[in-house]
Amino acid sequence: MSTIKSIIQEICPQAVFQETENAPVQVRLQAAELAKLLKPLREDAALQFDYLEDLVGMDFGEKLGVIYRLYSTVHNHRIIIECQAESRQEPELPTLSHIWAIANFYEREVFDFFGIHFIGHPDMRRLFLRSDHVGYPLRKDYDPASNPLKLDAECLPDDTSVYVDHDGKTQIEGHTLFEKDEYVVNIGPQHPATHGVLHFQVSLQGEIVKKVDVHCGYIHRGIEKMCESMTYPQTLAMTDRLDYLSAHQNRHALCACIEDAMGMEVPRRAQYIRVLMDELSRIQSHLLFYATFCMDLGALTPFFYGFRDREKILNIFEDTTGGRLIQNYNVIGGVARDLHPDFIKKTREFVEYLPGVLKEYHDVFTNNVIFRQRSKGIGLLSREQALSFGITGPTARASNLACDVRKHNPYSIYSEVLFKEVLYKNGDCLDRYMVRMDEIEQSLSIISQLLDKIPQGDYCAKTKPVIKLPEGRFFKSVETARGEFGVFIESRGEKYPYRLKFHPPCLPLVSVVDTLASGNKIADLITIGASLDYVVPDIDR
Amino acid sequence: MFDFSVVTTWIDEGLRGIMPASGAIAIECVLIGVLLLAVYAVFALVLILAERKVCAAFQCRLGPNRVGPWGSIQTVADMVKIITKEIISIRHVDSFLHNLAPFLVIIASLLAFSCIPFAKGLQILDFNVGILFMVAASSIGIVGILLAGWSSNNKFSLIGAMRSGAQMISYELSIGLSIMTIVVLSGTMQISELVESQNDLWFIFKGHIPACIAFVVYLIAGTAETNRGPFDLPEAESELTAGYHTEYSGMHFGFYYVAEFVNMFIVAAIATTVFLGGWMPLHIPGLDAFNQAMDYIPSLVWFLAKSVVMVFVIMWFKWTFPRLRIDQLIRLEWKYLLPLNLVNLIVMVLIVALGWHF
Amino acid sequence: MEIRKPKIKGLPYEEFNDNEYIETLRKNGVGVVMGNLDSIINWGRSNSLWPLTFATSCCGIEFMSVGAARYDFARFGFEVARASPRQADMIMVAGTIVNKMAPVLYRLYEQMADPKYVIAVGGCAISGGPFSKSYNVLQGVDKIIPVDVYIPGCPPRPEALLYGMMQLQRKVKVERFFGDVNKKEPKNCRLPEIRPEEKPVFASKYQDNE
Repeated sequence: MSTIKSIIQEICPQAVFQETENAPVQVRLQAAELAKLLKPLREDAALQFDYLEDLVGMDFGEKLGVIYRLYSTVHNHRIIIECQAESRQEPELPTLSHIWAIANFYEREVFDFFGIHFIGHPDMRRLFLRSDHVGYPLRKDYDPASNPLKLDAECLPDDTSVYVDHDGKTQIEGHTLFEKDEYVVNIGPQHPATHGVLHFQVSLQGEIVKKVDVHCGYIHRGIEKMCESMTYPQTLAMTDRLDYLSAHQNRHALCACIEDAMGMEVPRRAQYIRVLMDELSRIQSHLLFYATFCMDLGALTPFFYGFRDREKILNIFEDTTGGRLIQNYNVIGGVARDLHPDFIKKTREFVEYLPGVLKEYHDVFTNNVIFRQRSKGIGLLSREQALSFGITGPTARASNLACDVRKHNPYSIYSEVLFKEVLYKNGDCLDRYMVRMDEIEQSLSIISQLLDKIPQGDYCAKTKPVIKLPEGRFFKSVETARGEFGVFIESRGEKYPYRLKFHPPCLPLVSVVDTLASGNKIADLITIGASLDYVVPDIDR
Repeated sequence: MFDFSVVTTWIDEGLRGIMPASGAIAIECVLIGVLLLAVYAVFALVLILAERKVCAAFQCRLGPNRVGPWGSIQTVADMVKIITKEIISIRHVDSFLHNLAPFLVIIASLLAFSCIPFAKGLQILDFNVGILFMVAASSIGIVGILLAGWSSNNKFSLIGAMRSGAQMISYELSIGLSIMTIVVLSGTMQISELVESQNDLWFIFKGHIPACIAFVVYLIAGTAETNRGPFDLPEAESELTAGYHTEYSGMHFGFYYVAEFVNMFIVAAIATTVFLGGWMPLHIPGLDAFNQAMDYIPSLVWFLAKSVVMVFVIMWFKWTFPRLRIDQLIRLEWKYLLPLNLVNLIVMVLIVALGWHF
Repeated sequence: MEIRKPKIKGLPYEEFNDNEYIETLRKNGVGVVMGNLDSIINWGRSNSLWPLTFATSCCGIEFMSVGAARYDFARFGFEVARASPRQADMIMVAGTIVNKMAPVLYRLYEQMADPKYVIAVGGCAISGGPFSKSYNVLQGVDKIIPVDVYIPGCPPRPEALLYGMMQLQRKVKVERFFGDVNKKEPKNCRLPEIRPEEKPVFASKYQDNE
């Protein structure tokens, strides 16, 4: 920790460190100094921050700025860098996109919400909102009335702008995305294979995909802004509706973050229930992945098999939580209700039932020669690319990147259960598929380990009627079915969060589509999209 | 065995008795045309229902069961709906070609349909190059699909049509060659004679190994020809929304929908006629009692039963396999099926020349 | 077993009838010929409502569940989900519609061929649901397109979806084809003034290029 400090001090003498115990190094930098520091951060042998965990835009009140969270998979250390732009009218910060590829999308998001221009960013367009949107919604002084509903079709520009530093003066340069005579096809927003309302502008040459331009935001509901005017228990409801297939896990992350910030102890029974539910959610999400993946590849029958078995888990959920898809089950301090008396019996039946079905799945689909040929070697994602694009979850593990939060940063009672982190080497569509199928088995094993040991006791700790967090920044991440889902809370000691940022695992997945699909065929684009298994409301929030 | 030509000759003679020959022919033409259309429509409705029921069975579902007993008139409801549905005229299309395309598809399918020998003496078109005409007529449909893609002014349609063009032209070769293999064996192209010459044994048994190979190749190529899964690339739903018929609505879309299913039946019917003896009952040389017992089953039943089995096999393909990619599809044809077919044809010629068949 | 009569405020138990009460809705009477033709066509239309595969968020998963093995809407003839709006009969707006998506939804609706029906599924599509306070969420799809059936829930259960679809069938069965206009003009559309102009913006853009 001290080496990090000394190296940064050497490069940026004006850096202000915040003293914290047991927490990662927190440092505040000037914009100009940050630009100098970027290369050493990535390349210095003692630092090697190779993974940009998150990039949180902030309205600090007087100034706008960004909080970077960097992590090193080599040294296993973390740093939090805060950087404020000089002026509120023309906020400018240096770009990180040439060092960490995922910064491209994160910075576009910050530009969209806060209007911060990133100097040197190759593609400074809005990411979520309409290109003719007025104002920047996550600034504290944004007026929602400035954007009435428009029903004319959005005109997507064929060019973008780049902010370039020219001897200390910022200039805007044009940059063409698609040439005039390119054959550009719009896949989405309403398209059966985009799993929701995602929009790909695909430039084609015959059947070959030349370039994919991703347009998000067709389901951008402004959850983060809404959360700023909600009390903490109210914000919980929003998490279920982000990635609705990992509803339980998302809510676990937010609950755990608030509990950690309050220093609250969660009863053992509640922790067991949470982990059991997390793993059941993971299985049902992977079953749905299997179903939709097969459907996207044109095999319609496995789709129904996946759904058939998913219904069994939903039954178990329904008994205990009352909800099928969205459960609203985790609350601050534990869970909302105790387990249903039938829970253990039904779950055990399911755990015994599923392995036989999985074998059937492999017989029907995995060993099919057409499927093998369509997925093997398609959409290769190397470990370095996965790191640079900040990809987590099964997709990263298919590229041999060990990143399971349950294993490397255990939360709840994950340190007490035995399970294997599934890793594959090639990083193609087949491996991404296999990782998920194998993870189902691991989750089954976790469930059967815990099922006998659920302790008696309270299922929820007592909380105060009004929950206030102490001043500070809190961060918690959990492993959802799609990757690392993080929650960042900036609290100013009130009962509302000052800023609540969800770190979606799916945004990095979408940002990598262009890299994976270019040079492949249209059908491969669909395979790649399906194998990444993104959920669109999670991207857009 | 009942010969349907008795009925047709009786009608013909009755008409000729009360009017001049030209009038009789005119009336017969109208009669046959109406009958053909009616049978075509009924077949389409039954096939669509069958497809839904079969796929439901594969998928642990029930399928339609509310409209009529066991959902049996579900497709009639669909037909009523689609006939009264609006046909949208789109602003920036070549409207003549756009409106022509579905009719080309349906006409091609109808022409091929009229060649099918349903039973002994129950066949509309029968002449000396009948099987060749049938293959040729059924491939007119590709023009309709290409026109649909071209005239729709929609990029998905165009990609779908281009895929369809590449696919159909490729697989047409395999269909032609595998049928040629049997033509070599039988020595005739007339459909009625093809069936008659299977009196002693069906061609798939007569020509043993090369006939079996030709049969398998024909089934694969025939499935591809009808744009059905796993070869449904032209309308690949997860890739091209609805492929070449994305912009069609109402009955124009209905024509494509119906033609797809009847084409599947036509493929099954050709397979039945050429390889499985058409309406000819199962005759085994030497077992006369068995042969006579088989003759008691009407020829229409024989033909339909065999065709239904073939249709079921084609549906089975669709609901089991994932879709191929375009390069795999073309590779399968040009690298595997076509060479295999050519070799197979030569083998068949040798076998016929040396008299090694049954 | 006797069926318990549910008490629901605002919907008397008699309303839970099957579709036999249709005749009473045609109070003014219908012609014998036209009336019977109408019933044939309505029978066809109501039993063959093909949905558009359209889903934006959570409710879409439940929509898929309704199509899957356990609930199986194929039983009612809803089976043939079309990906192209031209061939679909109804659009199930399953999920939140945000301001960026609203023009797309509007255009999808306009692309559908008559007769077309809309079902608003879930709180978000009905009123904005939990997101109604957001700066970017459309507060109910009935602001831009006419809605036939509302299915509340967040997300609604598959049974509710099936029930809603059957209500749409009921509604279709009392329509008139002959003797009335075929086109179902959206009379109850509340905001015609925010509809876009006849000529979309992008058309002029591409004409300039030529």
